[in-house]
Amino acid sequence: MPAVSKGDGMRGLAVFISDIRNCKSKEAEIKRINKELANIRSKFKGDKALDGYSKKKYVCKLLFIFLLGHDIDFGHMEAVNLLSSNKYTEKQIGYLFISVLVNSNSELIRLINNAIKNDLASRNPTFMCLALHCIANVGSREMGEAFAADIPRILVAGDSMDSVKQSAALCLLRLYKASPDLVPMGEWTARVVHLLNDQHMGVVTAAVSLITCLCKKNPDDFKTCISLAVSRLSRIVSSASTDLQDYTYYFVPAPWLSVKLLRLLQCYPPPEDAAVKGRLVECLETVLNKAQEPPKSKKVQHSNAKNAVLFETISLVIHYDSEPNLLVRACNQLGQFLQHRETNLRYLALESMCTLASSEFSHEAVKTHIDTVINALKTERDVSVRQRAADLLYAMCDRSNAKQIVSEMLRYLETADYAIREEIVLKVAILAEKYAVDYSWYVDTILNLIRIAGDYVSEEVWYRVLQIVTNRDDVQGYAAKTVFEALQAPACHENMVKVGGYILGEFGNLIAGDPRSSPPVQFSLLHSKFHLCSVATRALLLSTYIKFINLFPETKATIQGVLRAGSQLRNADVELQQRAVEYLTLSSVASTDVLATVLEEMPPFPERESSILAKLKRKKGPGAASALDEGRRDPSSNDINGGMDPTPSTVSTPSPSADLLGLRAAPPPATPAAPAANLLVDVFSDGPVQPSAGPTPEETFLSELEPPAPESPMALLADPAPAADPGPENIGPPIPEADELLNKFVCKNSGVLFENQLLQIGVKSEFRQNLGRMYLFYGNKTSVQFQNFSPTVVHPGDLQTQLAVQTKRVAAQVDGGAQVQQVLNIECLRDFLTPPLLSVRFRYGGTPQSLTLKLPVTLNKFFQPTEMAAQDFFQRWKQLSLPLQEAQKIFKANHPMDAEVTKAKLLGFGSALLDNVDPNPENFVGAGIIQTKALQVGCLLRLEPNAQAQMYRLTLRTSKEPVSRHLCELLAQQF
Amino acid sequence: KEKKKITRELVQTVLARKPKMCSFLEWRDLKIVYKRYASLYFCCAIEDQDNELITLEIIHRYVELLDKYFGSVCELDIIFNFEKAYFILDEFLLGGEVQETSKKNVLKAIEQADLLQESQNEEWGGLSEDIL
Repeated sequence: MPAVSKGDGMRGLAVFISDIRNCKSKEAEIKRINKELANIRSKFKGDKALDGYSKKKYVCKLLFIFLLGHDIDFGHMEAVNLLSSNKYTEKQIGYLFISVLVNSNSELIRLINNAIKNDLASRNPTFMCLALHCIANVGSREMGEAFAADIPRILVAGDSMDSVKQSAALCLLRLYKASPDLVPMGEWTARVVHLLNDQHMGVVTAAVSLITCLCKKNPDDFKTCISLAVSRLSRIVSSASTDLQDYTYYFVPAPWLSVKLLRLLQCYPPPEDAAVKGRLVECLETVLNKAQEPPKSKKVQHSNAKNAVLFETISLVIHYDSEPNLLVRACNQLGQFLQHRETNLRYLALESMCTLASSEFSHEAVKTHIDTVINALKTERDVSVRQRAADLLYAMCDRSNAKQIVSEMLRYLETADYAIREEIVLKVAILAEKYAVDYSWYVDTILNLIRIAGDYVSEEVWYRVLQIVTNRDDVQGYAAKTVFEALQAPACHENMVKVGGYILGEFGNLIAGDPRSSPPVQFSLLHSKFHLCSVATRALLLSTYIKFINLFPETKATIQGVLRAGSQLRNADVELQQRAVEYLTLSSVASTDVLATVLEEMPPFPERESSILAKLKRKKGPGAASALDEGRRDPSSNDINGGMDPTPSTVSTPSPSADLLGLRAAPPPATPAAPAANLLVDVFSDGPVQPSAGPTPEETFLSELEPPAPESPMALLADPAPAADPGPENIGPPIPEADELLNKFVCKNSGVLFENQLLQIGVKSEFRQNLGRMYLFYGNKTSVQFQNFSPTVVHPGDLQTQLAVQTKRVAAQVDGGAQVQQVLNIECLRDFLTPPLLSVRFRYGGTPQSLTLKLPVTLNKFFQPTEMAAQDFFQRWKQLSLPLQEAQKIFKANHPMDAEVTKAKLLGFGSALLDNVDPNPENFVGAGIIQTKALQVGCLLRLEPNAQAQMYRLTLRTSKEPVSRHLCELLAQQF
Repeated sequence: KEKKKITRELVQTVLARKPKMCSFLEWRDLKIVYKRYASLYFCCAIEDQDNELITLEIIHRYVELLDKYFGSVCELDIIFNFEKAYFILDEFLLGGEVQETSKKNVLKAIEQADLLQESQNEEWGGLSEDIL
């Protein structure tokens, strides 16, 4: 038990936790938890109403069980009830449960939002903060929709308490990050900027985070924050360590706020105003100066906080990249850290220096630390630090130190961690190519790479060396000689065989004069590796052989013998067999001239971006890629290294011999063309391709609903395209329970629409104004594929003119156990009474199945809630007094009469709930507008429950007679 | 489920690290900043451009807050009063950003809430018959 138990201890909870901790085995724990779950369930279901305290305690237990890693599938309603408790402690637990456990698409969201709304309006700062914390923790789109407009008001209201402002600022930030489209900019933005001047440091701290995020989208709107941030920063930096009282952290004045302010400034270029800029430079200098002062405390917290500010300052200096003096000072400071005994500082210094290396002002200064960095690469015990060292070496490399760096990296490669070998290989390959002064060094380096880390040399790397050798005739002889020597090693890597085979096939003649590498020797050397190689390499070698026949007629007989051998001509691998047959025939049939033309040396490759660079970028992610690209400020390095075709076109070039030599399955069998496409995609896209499944939370709702461009390949077909629509006469009548199923969805937008033994249809929809989007999920519950699966939407009667539904086609096959999704775009043209029909047909095990349902699109979905005061309500009510405008129904309650549930249903129906209109607090009053393309229909409603009689009276008044009646019918069935 | 998977993956990675290693590690496209206090590890995931050292001190400040509130905090305090640990966190960090760095202000907010609780508790006449 804890030493202190503050606030209210819940003894039952403590006992339960002790029990769990005393469990000797996992099984015992599960048993205890199941017992508790059963107990809680029975309490929640029991007839006796639970008091708030017990409810809180059980909800808290459920939370604990959830935190232990078990799923919790009940108790949400009880937690939601706690929200409306006026006891702080119950409310607090309710909110905690919701924050941790409720996901955004929960059906309870409206109830939760309602409770939050009440708390936000309560003017009780403690309640307001709880509500704001909950919004910030959940941060769902629904909450954004409900509150994004209110929170700015709370944030800038003159009478909001400081703690409320702080929570409001960060809450708004969270909503903005989740759904930027929901947060309206406006008059409040200017006032938010002025929070930077607030007296309360906590308010400033929260506000800076918000501004930093907002200003990225609208830099101009927030521009005034620059001077305010600078003066705030300057005041902090120059304050004595005691000035800021509790905001001083281990003798460092307001480190969090300083870091945030420095981050904010990094959203902008250097200040234009000379005075502001001067003041800022002074601040930055002060921070750099302080780094040299002796520490005020030996505690690591002191140095961490101080250095956090220092590193952020350096980031800003690098971001400006305009103050040579500061850049060099930053570099020297980082240089000191490179040898610091704190691993963290060494890591950060290496990382930060990487960006400094790309500035022309500090590139030279960074280079002076080369020995320290090389040493780090060799001696650091932590792989993540070594990785940073390798990154920095790569960044600081230029023509002057390339040889040293490349050789150090090669040496490191021999012992490098497997996880980073491939990256090191790529880096070495790029540096070797980029800074190659003579190509023999380049060829040596790449062959060394293959020798040391052959497994990590990707195709891109060895394709690349072939491209370069092919394009540079001054290196071809050297390359041939070197690969020939490398192949002498008894165990050489298969990649070496590939490179060797290709180069000798093209340029073996250049070394054939030496008797030690005469044509027969070259051939037998290559052929000695043949049997140990994979199919892909053997295929490549066969091409080398046919090239040899052209280059060295004296080898023709030997090679024909090899090709003719049963192991080739009847090889089980079709590619090898085909090559053997074709090459043998070619060499026997074709004249020398034809042979010479067909087997001519490959033409140079077109110059394009290096495929290796592309690969490194892909590995590092888009962010790092640009950093790698920039900063290479050595224009002369472009002469040789512009880069070439990134496709694996090593063999398949547009030469006339392509068909024969292009070898459909060119070098490695798994590569043809596909990797090329990937490379290109990756170079141009900003990030991983998003799977285009459902809507992502960031997607804006309305923009999605815009009519699709007609040429869009994902074309929408059904409407208006009656051809695809079987028409009402072709489909069966709706199933008997269709109406009942439809009723379930009048007040909610998601759930299971239909389910039988074969198929489950789930639905999820959103509506805004007169537009809607619905996702239908068809799940095949069997293990057998559905064939000819075709769901269609049909508009019976006049509906076609009232409601437009566009459907996207779904795959005709649905695998067993799989789910397919169909998207429907819906537009309400005018008021309508009957819902569209959904007809689903498919073949299951040869038997045709068909099913007709009512699509859960009812007129009330296009409701827009309208808030109004009592006076306005009654005025309008009176205006709609024609007998036909009113519809009324008195009916018996079908469900328990719970005020909260009723409220939720009315909100789900779509109208706003108006408090303080009806003098009887038991009654509900609502108002809203039905939005259609052609017209709007204002609706007012009143629901009077009579608990004693278990009856309701529902009255609707709208400006259109059929609408009143229709809505009244729809709604009456819900209670 | 995704959450469980992430937790498991992180726990394994962090526990595998040796004492002298640096407190930052790259994980997916995030950085993990962690620190060990007795038998507990505290981890934060931050984005690429966020400040690692200040994040370490966020962890430390949170531990200080727990320590001050519970009076020399230990693992058991956090287990038995997990809801309090959440409340303190909510006062200190919100939406992934530091809300209030003053130790006094955070604790003041929590203590005020506790006072509210205690005064309300009396209405319930103490803690009797509350075993299950």
